[in-house]
Amino acid sequence: MAGFLVRRLLDYAVLVAVAASLAYLLAATALDPRSNYAGRTPKPPPAVVDAQLTALNLNDNTPLLQRYATWAAGVLRGDFGKSVTGAPVNEDLKRRMGVTFRLVVLGAVCGSLLGVLAGALAAVRQYGWFDRLSTGLSFAALAVPVVVLANILILLAVWANEHVFGRQVLLVSGEYSDGLDAGFWGQVVDRLQHLILPTISLSIGLIAVFSRYQRNMMLDVLGADFLRTALAKGLSRRKALLKHALRTALIPVVTYFAFMFGALLMGATFTEKIFGWHGLGEQLINSIFTNDVNTVAAISFLAAVAVLCASLAADLLHAALDPRVRA
Amino acid sequence: MTLSEEELAEELSDGVMPKAPSRARVVAGRFFRSRQGQVGFAVLALMFLLAFVGPLFNRWTYTDKDFTAFLQPPSSSHWFGTLQTGADVYALTLRGMQKSLVVGLLAALVSTALAAVVGAFAGYFRGWTDRVLSWVTNLLLVLPAFLILAIMSPLFGGAGRWPLFVIMLALFLWMVTSKIVRGMAISLREREFIQAARYMGVPPARIVFRHVIPNLSSLLIVDATLNVSAAILTETSLSYFGFGIQPPDVSFGTLIADGSKTATYAPWTFWFVAGLLVVTVLAVNLVGDALRDAFDPAARR
Amino acid sequence: MTPVLEVSDLTVAFGDVPAVRGVSYAVRPGEVLGIVGESGSGKSVTSAAVMGLLPPGARVTGSVRLHGKELIGAPERELTAFRGKAISMVFQDPLSALTPVYRVGDQIAEAVRVHQRVSKETALVKAIELLELVGIPRPAERALAFPHEFSGGMRQRVVIAMAIANDPDVIICDEPTTALDVTIQAQVLEVLKKAQRKTGAAIIMITHDLGVVAGFADRVLVMYAGRPVEVGDVEDIYYRPRMPYTVGLLNSIPRVDRDGRRPLVPIEGNPPAPDALPPGCPFAPRCPMKIDACDEREPPLFEVGAGHRAACIRWDEVHPHGPGRHEAARPREPRARGERTVLEVHGLVKDYPLLKGAVFKRRVGTVHAVAGVGFDLRQGETLGLVGESGSGKTTTLTQILELAPPQAGSIVVLGHDTCRLGRRERAGIRRDMQVVFQDPMASLDPRMTVHDILAEPLRTHGRSRPGRRVAELLTLVGLDVSHAARYPQDFSGGQRQRIGIARALALEPRLLVLDEPVSALDVSIQAGVINLLDALKARLGLSYLLVAHDLAVVRHIADRIAVMYLGRIAEIGQVDAIYDAPMHPYTQALLSAIPLPDPRRERSRRRILLEGDLPSPANPPTGCRFRTRCPKFRAELTDEERSLCVDVEPEVRLLGEDQGAACHYAERREVV
Repeated sequence: MAGFLVRRLLDYAVLVAVAASLAYLLAATALDPRSNYAGRTPKPPPAVVDAQLTALNLNDNTPLLQRYATWAAGVLRGDFGKSVTGAPVNEDLKRRMGVTFRLVVLGAVCGSLLGVLAGALAAVRQYGWFDRLSTGLSFAALAVPVVVLANILILLAVWANEHVFGRQVLLVSGEYSDGLDAGFWGQVVDRLQHLILPTISLSIGLIAVFSRYQRNMMLDVLGADFLRTALAKGLSRRKALLKHALRTALIPVVTYFAFMFGALLMGATFTEKIFGWHGLGEQLINSIFTNDVNTVAAISFLAAVAVLCASLAADLLHAALDPRVRA
Repeated sequence: MTLSEEELAEELSDGVMPKAPSRARVVAGRFFRSRQGQVGFAVLALMFLLAFVGPLFNRWTYTDKDFTAFLQPPSSSHWFGTLQTGADVYALTLRGMQKSLVVGLLAALVSTALAAVVGAFAGYFRGWTDRVLSWVTNLLLVLPAFLILAIMSPLFGGAGRWPLFVIMLALFLWMVTSKIVRGMAISLREREFIQAARYMGVPPARIVFRHVIPNLSSLLIVDATLNVSAAILTETSLSYFGFGIQPPDVSFGTLIADGSKTATYAPWTFWFVAGLLVVTVLAVNLVGDALRDAFDPAARR
Repeated sequence: MTPVLEVSDLTVAFGDVPAVRGVSYAVRPGEVLGIVGESGSGKSVTSAAVMGLLPPGARVTGSVRLHGKELIGAPERELTAFRGKAISMVFQDPLSALTPVYRVGDQIAEAVRVHQRVSKETALVKAIELLELVGIPRPAERALAFPHEFSGGMRQRVVIAMAIANDPDVIICDEPTTALDVTIQAQVLEVLKKAQRKTGAAIIMITHDLGVVAGFADRVLVMYAGRPVEVGDVEDIYYRPRMPYTVGLLNSIPRVDRDGRRPLVPIEGNPPAPDALPPGCPFAPRCPMKIDACDEREPPLFEVGAGHRAACIRWDEVHPHGPGRHEAARPREPRARGERTVLEVHGLVKDYPLLKGAVFKRRVGTVHAVAGVGFDLRQGETLGLVGESGSGKTTTLTQILELAPPQAGSIVVLGHDTCRLGRRERAGIRRDMQVVFQDPMASLDPRMTVHDILAEPLRTHGRSRPGRRVAELLTLVGLDVSHAARYPQDFSGGQRQRIGIARALALEPRLLVLDEPVSALDVSIQAGVINLLDALKARLGLSYLLVAHDLAVVRHIADRIAVMYLGRIAEIGQVDAIYDAPMHPYTQALLSAIPLPDPRRERSRRRILLEGDLPSPANPPTGCRFRTRCPKFRAELTDEERSLCVDVEPEVRLLGEDQGAACHYAERREVV
């Protein structure tokens, strides 16, 4: 078991290394930090720009492989280099990681739990009103991309604040209000007000996907022999479904979670950018615009690690749920 | 070898023998009997019609600017209103829709084909082929697709470069399907008709293309449909941030990005295009779901 | 005694398609009713309707009375109260009948707690008692195991334990032993008998196996096309059948106690589709005794004897099968074996890594699937390779078909050693050796027409215009040439198997490997395919390597057999010699476990019951592999004699003219 885990982790390490290197090489080739200096007035002399870029390990006159070697050596020491502004990438990302983590975890938990619950309820009463409603809603939700959904939520929130609440209840920008002095509970409420819309925007898609999947898996299980055994024992349909079908159908859903995680990260990126959260996703988009090669590579590295962690977590959860796999 | 008359007659008679109802016709029948299928197909057809025939009935093209009407609400001369620049929203939206539909369709086709070939080869051959292909699949799953596409976006700029965008988009859509195909190919490989072909001496690559992939066709067709919506959505998101279709060309994404800025005081700049996007994707998803049911009536829910 | 369960005029329809069309029966406490029928006869649907477990959308009419209380139309709450308490059920497939994620003990305890107000602990204690009752060793420990850690036979015992948890009055068994090996089937039938003695319940035994019913049931109900066609005491049905269908069924079963010189009598045609029943008697289109009056209306059940009813207007003219039923099997003249050897296997070994876990896959040992197997097959001969699951017969077969160099030992196919095969020779063998698979649906590509299926081997081996040959092949296997344009799904099981055989014959092979060729078919269809195989062999001079688990079928087709146990050959030789007087204790147990479709003989036989399951092939016993379950080792040998079995692995020794056994203490014994 331990040997197996070590091998799996080694596999992952190789994948992360290759993914991050590819991202670096691509970013270093495609992005052009030198152009950042072009628009400055007064125009800095080329020698100064060169020196500056070399200091940041961004000079395109240095051969690509040499730049890559410098970067990789840094990464091995745990240093992702400097951003185009000269600030260390590590510091910046450390601060932002917490923000993204909060959003992604909350979104994933809300999305998968509510989704599984809705799917199970729909399956218990197949073709009942809840089933029809949830099917309809998830179809609608799956047709709305996050970028549109986030904007619609913002428009609705602005409208609701104005016409329903009459004050700013749903806050649509940032994670907290700057310089708010309202004590501990005031801070908490303020953060919650900021949190609601991004979480909804991130989890609605997940709820839709998971509810459909859980429902279908449960209905698949519905025809299984062991469910017939449970019914033949004298369990009512509802009880048999909740005790035997729900639990068994969770197993494929967990595997599915690993597939969904990449999409979740992408959704988080858009959500952060649109709601003005200063997380990794927002920084990713910004850094592409500012030709910030080192930050781009560092965020890719983190994304790869996150995806693999999710896949490992899904595997562990799978093993926990399924004795056949655990054996 | 010369063809004897008798044999010729036989070969010919093969063609005129009473044909049993073909699978395609049965599936189509089931598809069009379901309400989902009817609605989805009708709406999707309407969307295509709108995107490609709609512009003919408008006096503005998407590059025209009406300098007498800036940011005007819908009217008889500008059906969906105008933008700040005086551009006609109706013309822009339909142009964007054309692009999004074409990009979505092509990306889905390419990605499903890729998924089918990679998954089937990995699953059928196992061993080293499988290890290498699976590793590449995992690598692409681990790479942040958005980032790669975003970084490469300058390459898609300029006229006639969008097919490259389609290929890049497809390159990041096929992995999950390929994993599913691989799993199914592994179990198909153990199926007796595949073994029969092997023991008969049919070459392996031919088995993959003649037996494995055709027997996954229902999965692949459904998947291709759902990939159309995935591709449209991804394209929208990328273009929204300026990483996809580049100006002066427009797509759903660029229009929504522009519209969302003015949505609070000029709702027509946002809601028409957002609405059409949602309706299109919804129709594609309905078609996909109805197709799945039509292919596999046992799994009907 | 009053009946405990009374079913009258039960009908079930799915949409417009009738599945059950008027079934009536009654069972008294302690009585065993056998319901016999082929697939699609409605026998399983009937039982599901009694339990109220039909999928939504099924329309049920008629009456089901349990202790006089009507169940059809009763509210769901009342139904759940009697399900598992008054009527319980044992299902066909024990592998999927238990929820995979819960412990076995908890699942039985759940059955207890649904109907009895007891604490969790008490229920678990009761569960352990039940496990002990059904013969699970170390029940307290095994109660904590998950279903996947049990073998099929053990799981079926668990399902039986669950079924008797609440002392039911009726136990419905739906093909309870169909998925099990014969020796395990014998064990499970014993457990069922024990469970019945313990609970005094009536048993409804649904099966297609006329042998199981002969030994187990008191009364028999034969179903055809959704309706009972004959009901009576078990002896009436077997010795005085009055319905031509029953007669046909009894004539078409190959029997382990009869040699294979007499061709089987198949029933012509196929059972009618439920949505296209013929106007009169549903059996009329296949009936050898059909007259015009049969087509006029469906015959009711006529009273033909005491408690014996049959649905045939000519019942008084129906005669049971021809003479010779009770005659001792005449020994087949041992034919001289052919000169040319087509297949030779020596000391074949194949190991697999034993993997554990699906997500965290790791190797924990080695499965010795085949551990030194040798036999030869001559031109024109049929060798039957028999054995239960885990015996290594399928692995042996795959090794031969793969044409890859074996791990150890040698395989010589048609004169070529697979260790030294060039490209051209391999292609040659691929042409001369063909295979027919078990499942006729799975072995034909559903996306291809019959023409393309039959043309594939021809095209692969360079025949570009296969049209005429395809027509020839279809005629050869008894199909219509016009069928070439259809898809496999348009055919019945028997016809599909004929297509499979036609494909195998396309290239005029010399050696045909038959992998369970008839086990997926109903008996009445089976007979036709067996006869076809027999005829083709004689006509085309083929050699067959036949792998099968049904020893009756093997006896009918094979000239020689090899009995495998745990990766080794236990006994090998001329077929009648072995069936009449097997020498290896395993062969003896295997043959004695096969139920005969003959109630008197079946009930008077002494059965050698094997204990426990097959040992794991990853960790086989030392010395003789069979000793852990060997009745001789356990009961007859002295300690001194036993030490030989423990220490030395026996090799096959030639003990008769053409009969050899791998047992240190082999002796002939008649068991059938």
